[in-house]
Amino acid sequence: MKRIINLRPSRPLAVALGIVPFILILMLYSWGSDLRKAENERDKLLPSFTEIQKAVDRMAFTPSKRTGEYLLWQDTKSSLKRLLLGIVIAAMVGLVVGVLTGAIPLAGSHLGALTTVVSMVPPLALLPILFIVFGLGEVSKVVLIVIGITPFLIRDLDQRTRELPQEQLVKAQTLGGSSWQIILRVVLPQVMPRLMDAIRLSLGAAWLFLIAAEAIAATDGLGYRIFLVRRYLAMDVILPYVMWITTLAFLLDWSLIRVSKMIFPWYHTAK
Amino acid sequence: MKDAFIAFQRCGKHYGSHVVLEKLNASVQEGEFVTMVGTSGCGKSTFLKMLLGTETQTTGKLLFNGQPIVAEPSEDRGVVFQKYSVFPHLSVRDNVALGREFAESPLLGKLFGQKRRQALAEADQWLEAVGLAAARDKYPHELSGGMQQRLAIAQALIKHPKVLLLDEPFGALDPGIRKDMHALILKLWKENNLTIFMVTHDLQEAFYLGTRLWVFDWPQHEAQDSDQHGATITFDLPIEQRDELQASDLEFPENESPVLMEVA
Repeated sequence: MKRIINLRPSRPLAVALGIVPFILILMLYSWGSDLRKAENERDKLLPSFTEIQKAVDRMAFTPSKRTGEYLLWQDTKSSLKRLLLGIVIAAMVGLVVGVLTGAIPLAGSHLGALTTVVSMVPPLALLPILFIVFGLGEVSKVVLIVIGITPFLIRDLDQRTRELPQEQLVKAQTLGGSSWQIILRVVLPQVMPRLMDAIRLSLGAAWLFLIAAEAIAATDGLGYRIFLVRRYLAMDVILPYVMWITTLAFLLDWSLIRVSKMIFPWYHTAK
Repeated sequence: MKDAFIAFQRCGKHYGSHVVLEKLNASVQEGEFVTMVGTSGCGKSTFLKMLLGTETQTTGKLLFNGQPIVAEPSEDRGVVFQKYSVFPHLSVRDNVALGREFAESPLLGKLFGQKRRQALAEADQWLEAVGLAAARDKYPHELSGGMQQRLAIAQALIKHPKVLLLDEPFGALDPGIRKDMHALILKLWKENNLTIFMVTHDLQEAFYLGTRLWVFDWPQHEAQDSDQHGATITFDLPIEQRDELQASDLEFPENESPVLMEVA
């Protein structure tokens, strides 16, 4: 008999073992729901699957009576717009600042200390300030995401830039490259796939800041919606919304890997 | 005797109170192939870095064509390191063409259209010269260690450097491949009228390739204050009759210094 640390599941077994917890959770939920429904027909805490399905139908496939919009899609559109805008701005700032501080020692020593201090400020604590300065509109939500993830991106890209082998930079100099040319042709292209990695790592935080901002002040958005219906204990809406947000987060992460592998094959095969 | 191409005049290098190199006096003529051996930590890599411009000597003078050497890496001194000398994000051709692109496109460092085709054609010639023509569209990670070093050499030579600095370039390669690389570097050295400085751990290689062999060591053997004394070139051996000398004829043991004492 082999040691248990040496036993590896076969592919089908691994898939089956992966699915089991999901099925268990669903069964547990269904059992709990039935139990509560038996006690109280109108229980809202654990809605049945048919109730959830009705809610999904109402939110996603029936136009709202008040505005004539399909709420789920409207919320998704607004949220993704804020999220992506925030991530794109943060990525651009992070890339430019991170590469400059990483590649130019003179820039590194000044901005390094500042970034370290700024990254210590809890972004949510700044939210009131953002609402005061930028108002309750779209800007403050996007800015919260930007403020929330940019320090991380800067520090990560600064580090990734410094990790490029010194030999490469020396070699580029012996090939006659100026500082600018070396940053443009040697540093930047190699940092790009690392930026994709860093964005993926910061996606969780970006969602957190988005939902927090929407919960406090918004008129649409996924985060706004779940906090709105919370007042009516509408678990039949909240649960599918949470699953939908999870799916979106997963798809975003997945497509970032796909794109990165497509544009930077040398990065992913070399590792 | 004409003026030296490269001259060290009482050069020394120390970090704080730690003396790495001292009392370096040497002059090298154009076209020489200097191989450098010595135990680990004896400063031969520091010496190469001084030539490269990434380190500056603390005392003395280092003259290149009679002028103080430029204290940062420049186009007249090509370099090949043991690892990481090629750019992983560029194809083999683009790796070589990069030197031309830097020269001709100051703003973007990238050429387009006719100029790019010319640069690639020139890159192809150098790839031909190092025997990499067939792999020109691959990426470095698809190449073996030996092929990567061939690429690093082609990349350096497209700039027509006067001096080529090699920092244990074949140290990580298999013996068979190393032999091919020896033949290649000798061919390129003659064809391009290069002056080569090469650091190596392999004494056989040093004897076989060089026209001149330098041994770095500490002249004083008092162990108690080795921090106070730097290493220097303790032997400067001219090597002649290379053609009759085969690398395989030289069966030196790994331990370098005692053997050299006898040779000297």
